[in-house]
Amino acid sequence: MDEDKIDKIIEEHRTDKSELIPILQDVQAEYNWLPQDTLRYIAKRLQVPLTDVFGIATFYKSFSLKPRGKHLVRVCLGTACHVRGGPRILETAERILGIKTGETTEDYKFTLESVNCLGCCALGPVMVVDNEYYGKLPPTKVEKVLHKYGYTSLSSGKGGET
Amino acid sequence: MNRRKIKSPSDLEKLRQEILAKRDPKKPRIAICAGTGCLALGARKVITTFKEELKKRGLENEVEIRETGCPGFCEKGTIVVIYPEGIYYLQVQPGDVPEIVEKTLVEKKHVERLLYTDPATNEKAIHEDEIPFYKHQMRLLIGNNIKVDPKNIDDYIALGGYRALAKALPEMTPEEVIEEVKRANLRGRGGGGFPAGRKWETTRNAPGEPKYVIVNCDEGDPGAFMNRALMEGNPHSVIEGLIIGAYAIGSHEGFIYVRDEYPLAVENTSIALGQAREYGLLGRDIMGSGFDFDVKIFRGAGAFISGESSALMSSLEGKVGAPKPKYVHTSIKGLWNKPSNLNNVETWANIPLIINKGARWFTSIGTEGSKGTKIFALVGKVNNTGLVEVPFGITLREIIYNIGGGIPNNKKFKAVQTGGPSGGCIPERFIDTAVDFDELTKLGSMMGSGGMIVMDEDTCMVDVARYFIDFLVDESCGRCVPCREGLERMSEILNDICEGRGKEGDIELLEELSEVMKDTSMCGLGRTAPNPVLTTIHYFREEYDAHIKEKKCPAHVCKALIEYYIDAEKCTGCLACLKACPEGAIAGEKEKVHVINREKCSKCGICYDTCKFGAVIIS
Repeated sequence: MDEDKIDKIIEEHRTDKSELIPILQDVQAEYNWLPQDTLRYIAKRLQVPLTDVFGIATFYKSFSLKPRGKHLVRVCLGTACHVRGGPRILETAERILGIKTGETTEDYKFTLESVNCLGCCALGPVMVVDNEYYGKLPPTKVEKVLHKYGYTSLSSGKGGET
Repeated sequence: MNRRKIKSPSDLEKLRQEILAKRDPKKPRIAICAGTGCLALGARKVITTFKEELKKRGLENEVEIRETGCPGFCEKGTIVVIYPEGIYYLQVQPGDVPEIVEKTLVEKKHVERLLYTDPATNEKAIHEDEIPFYKHQMRLLIGNNIKVDPKNIDDYIALGGYRALAKALPEMTPEEVIEEVKRANLRGRGGGGFPAGRKWETTRNAPGEPKYVIVNCDEGDPGAFMNRALMEGNPHSVIEGLIIGAYAIGSHEGFIYVRDEYPLAVENTSIALGQAREYGLLGRDIMGSGFDFDVKIFRGAGAFISGESSALMSSLEGKVGAPKPKYVHTSIKGLWNKPSNLNNVETWANIPLIINKGARWFTSIGTEGSKGTKIFALVGKVNNTGLVEVPFGITLREIIYNIGGGIPNNKKFKAVQTGGPSGGCIPERFIDTAVDFDELTKLGSMMGSGGMIVMDEDTCMVDVARYFIDFLVDESCGRCVPCREGLERMSEILNDICEGRGKEGDIELLEELSEVMKDTSMCGLGRTAPNPVLTTIHYFREEYDAHIKEKKCPAHVCKALIEYYIDAEKCTGCLACLKACPEGAIAGEKEKVHVINREKCSKCGICYDTCKFGAVIIS
């Protein structure tokens, strides 16, 4: 952990408990996940119990306590996507990447997550890779999309859970 | 950009005239939707292609390009509108751009194939108001989205933006503003339908300082995205409403809570707040009135329950976003235990309209108990998906058929789901119901934030109930027992039914659990969670019976209850399904009937989608 980096992030906010969520968001933006030592350091700096920091980091879905892959693949399972085949998109992505939802490929190229609604409901089913949206996606096109982000059959296989 | 502070209402009008004077209304303008939906369909490439094409032809100074918010017709994105004529082009691809520039901007003709074509009559529609999707709407809130660049406050001011604020601050007392909102009978658009004016009054009169005002843009209901479209597409309409509300309530500090999944809304709102500050529309002594007010934007971190008012306030305080028991309402003791008024994005966006046009005008729209318009997200199995804004009192049939264009692929309409996970499924026999807060509640559903998911004969209602319960298992904060444990048990029962392990008495047990959860859960999430289960049991009991007694899924959705096989009569032996099958479960040779090996088949349905001859059958 780079303490200066974390200090800099904290300084951009107030050293106040109410800033915990924005601080964690910025730390995650820096590391792509929340390493344990950063949580300890933030708790110390903000003078809040580590349990509070840990509570926030586990309650909110956008935080990850495990390293995530270079590319974050999210499949929408909102109602509109559900009735238009969202679960099949997720199954297809799981099969192609060889991992389950919430897991990361062994080479840390891809993390696969499901999300409860991206607000793109008119275009269901929707898959998002990093911040690129793919709407009206048939299961047969999932592999082609993943190829754009460097998917090869070598990428597949189980890494760690996020 | 250096912006001069607006120090009085007349300054605002002067600025508006200056903006208009700089703009030539006859200058061609290309408005391109840059909302999340159209961006998902490739709008960014369309925008860059337009820029390149105009540059190539030396037209970059002759034609203006405006990246706008979402005009709602997401099904037909990317949407491009050419002004001043208002020619509405749909499903525009980068490859269409040179032709649009050549034909429409240079030769002043239409590109016929990009216009809306009526599927029944084949007639073309050129302008927005000729397209059935728009014709039957009343777009008071969302109508301006295609006219403004959300990243440019001048566009909003040019259309008369901030005039309501300029009226309220000097001409009306805070009490008069509240009175006007009360007379308008504006009900909360986030789902509860509580009268906004009464809520404002409670916070105003509550003891304690400071008081806070909050915009709830934690739009978590799956299938709803109207808040995203407003916050992304016309953020100033929400900010203006918020400043007026703050003035009426006596608050000097506001928050806009935007869910993490809406990065573009965060970006556009942050820019909007900055620009409003530069003009002095936020900050100290707004428009010379002596009233001080500013707003912070707060990005959520991904929790459905944080959309509940007390949970959202906990989240703002930097805590876990779980709800509190409401012995005392948040309007009296909310954020940091101070009086706090929270309203939904759409509620706030109505305020400038009410102040500008008056409560009498507002109450002329809608039904007895529900006034004004409501934006619905019309999605699922319907031809024209997108955002539709309609007056209260319109029927479900008008929304689904006249605006939505009916059900795709000649399938039969089965139900419409409203109200998100707190709502219910309304069957065909109630399709002529007038839509308002009270009527939907009578049917066992609710208005919610306005998601309207259309379901056809291929949707399994038991699977829908399971879907919502599993969603809520995932999203329950777990603090109170009835919700946490009740949902888990319901999920087990519903999953059993969907997977062929349903047994006699399951339905009755679901009903019993529902009653307990309704009566004893701490917050709205648990109290309304049984609605999707109860409405599907009530209206579609025969589907539950088919799953439980006959172990059949009539809609062919529940995997455990279906099998795929190939109809020997129809199979041409084309090898398409064989090649597509990811499990290698299909055997066969060219021009010979193929066979599915049930042992290997994972029931993924790819063969069904691949076969062009309808030879793959689900039984």
